[in-house]
Amino acid sequence: MPTTLRNEAAIAGIGVTEFSKSSGVSELSLAAQCIKAACDDAGLDPSEVDGLVSYTLDSTDEIEVARAVGTGDLKLFSKINYGGGAAVGTILQAVMAVATGVAKHVVCWRAMNGRSGQRMGQGVSGNIVSSDLIHWSWYLPYGMLTPGSWIAMIANRYMRKYGATAEDLGRVAISQRNYAQTNKRSFFYGKPLTMEEYLASRIIAEPLRLYDFCQETDGGCAILITRRERARDLKQKPAVIRGVVQASTRGQEQMTSFYREELESLPEMELAARLVYEQSGLGPDDIDAACLYDAFTSEILMQLESFGFCGKGEGKDMVRDGALDIHGRLPNNTHGGLLSEGYIHGMNNIAEAARLIRGTSTNQPKSVHHVLVSSGVGVPTGAMVLGQD
Amino acid sequence: MSKPSRIKPALGKDNAWWWEQASQGVLAIQRCSSCKTLRHPPRPMCGACRSLEWDFVTASGKGRICSYTVLHHPQFPGYEYPLIIVLVDLEEGTRFTSQLVGCAPEDVDFDLPVEMVMHEDPDGFKLPVFKLAGAA
Repeated sequence: MPTTLRNEAAIAGIGVTEFSKSSGVSELSLAAQCIKAACDDAGLDPSEVDGLVSYTLDSTDEIEVARAVGTGDLKLFSKINYGGGAAVGTILQAVMAVATGVAKHVVCWRAMNGRSGQRMGQGVSGNIVSSDLIHWSWYLPYGMLTPGSWIAMIANRYMRKYGATAEDLGRVAISQRNYAQTNKRSFFYGKPLTMEEYLASRIIAEPLRLYDFCQETDGGCAILITRRERARDLKQKPAVIRGVVQASTRGQEQMTSFYREELESLPEMELAARLVYEQSGLGPDDIDAACLYDAFTSEILMQLESFGFCGKGEGKDMVRDGALDIHGRLPNNTHGGLLSEGYIHGMNNIAEAARLIRGTSTNQPKSVHHVLVSSGVGVPTGAMVLGQD
Repeated sequence: MSKPSRIKPALGKDNAWWWEQASQGVLAIQRCSSCKTLRHPPRPMCGACRSLEWDFVTASGKGRICSYTVLHHPQFPGYEYPLIIVLVDLEEGTRFTSQLVGCAPEDVDFDLPVEMVMHEDPDGFKLPVFKLAGAA
């Protein structure tokens, strides 16, 4: 049995549904569709799937999916907490399972009617008092009801301390919007963004504007994980998982880690970076492209620092240098990301990372050996590095 | 029909006492009975020494703005916009998330001194908010 997860597993299939503002179908239907698509992509019959992993926020149970898709016997079923923080965490479950022989073909999915159904940031209510509800009760009575309001508090402090400007956030939004122009799945396909339009967009939660926010989206995305050797038998070029980790640190809250001494960094993401580099035996210099979690533009600047692509406060300098663009140091979210393609809670960023390894992104940089993916920002999170077989 | 009111906190064993103090005009800070570490938001065990015993101190209500945001959209019933939310570094050493009242959005800034005032909604619900120090 392996004592490390390095290079043990691979992404063998990716599947997405259409992304829209109103899917007209149930979330179970979206889940079934994207899982079937991931199996088709890999050339694997769904009856060979024996593990299913999703988010606690996903409304669909594994057994519902199993019946709908016609999977085989399930030997692993698991859901990961903390919203988008679960993205890479689902993959970790799958990798541990296939590396240890617990399961052979595990599909991780997230399917949501994120616009037409339950939208994010609608507050919480109910009669059952949980520690989570008590947590939110420190914020909801004051009117802090949305992810934007929570992230803005950190972004404001960060930007003031390091002199990052609205234009710097705009550069992130525009870079990803540019990528969306070649990706027909993108909500913003055919709708490029200028700095003038960005700056003219309305303020939502200072310092964040409309285009600093991701796209509420209906859609599903699934990722098929199997052992590296098994992936070689399947249809697609394997995207080998060099390292995959979860990370949560002291003073961690869900979106409101306001009580740490320093607010201008992401300690959980720094931990994820340390762990994923350690597991993969790689460092920032080895990473050629990234799919950093981007529910908000400010999160990209901060993560460039967390993952050691620059020093503290230098995220703004990297974006000013065009680092995130196709010919830059670190092409980032080449599908448009959560900001411009759609918000499938980070699962679609994992799919793009696999495309970058396969060489099939609609914005394929020249030479991609390793791609970094991160989970949600401001929550217990995770990170993964994909590499060539 | 009466005006919609703000979302009320869910009350459980770990936080109801704090809101009870607020209803009496007190901004409370939980304190470990064993190692005397102050902590906020309240929780049942001290993360420093693992004691389950605690009491609380009454905050002076004085502090400085550590960070802030001004919320414009979306606008929910029960709140007035633009809505200034502040993180306040209380002089006792803990940090508190609250609202800044009586201040124009363009006048809020980092590090400004603030003072707590106990706000009361028309339905009698009380919660601590802040104003700029010395402001009326």
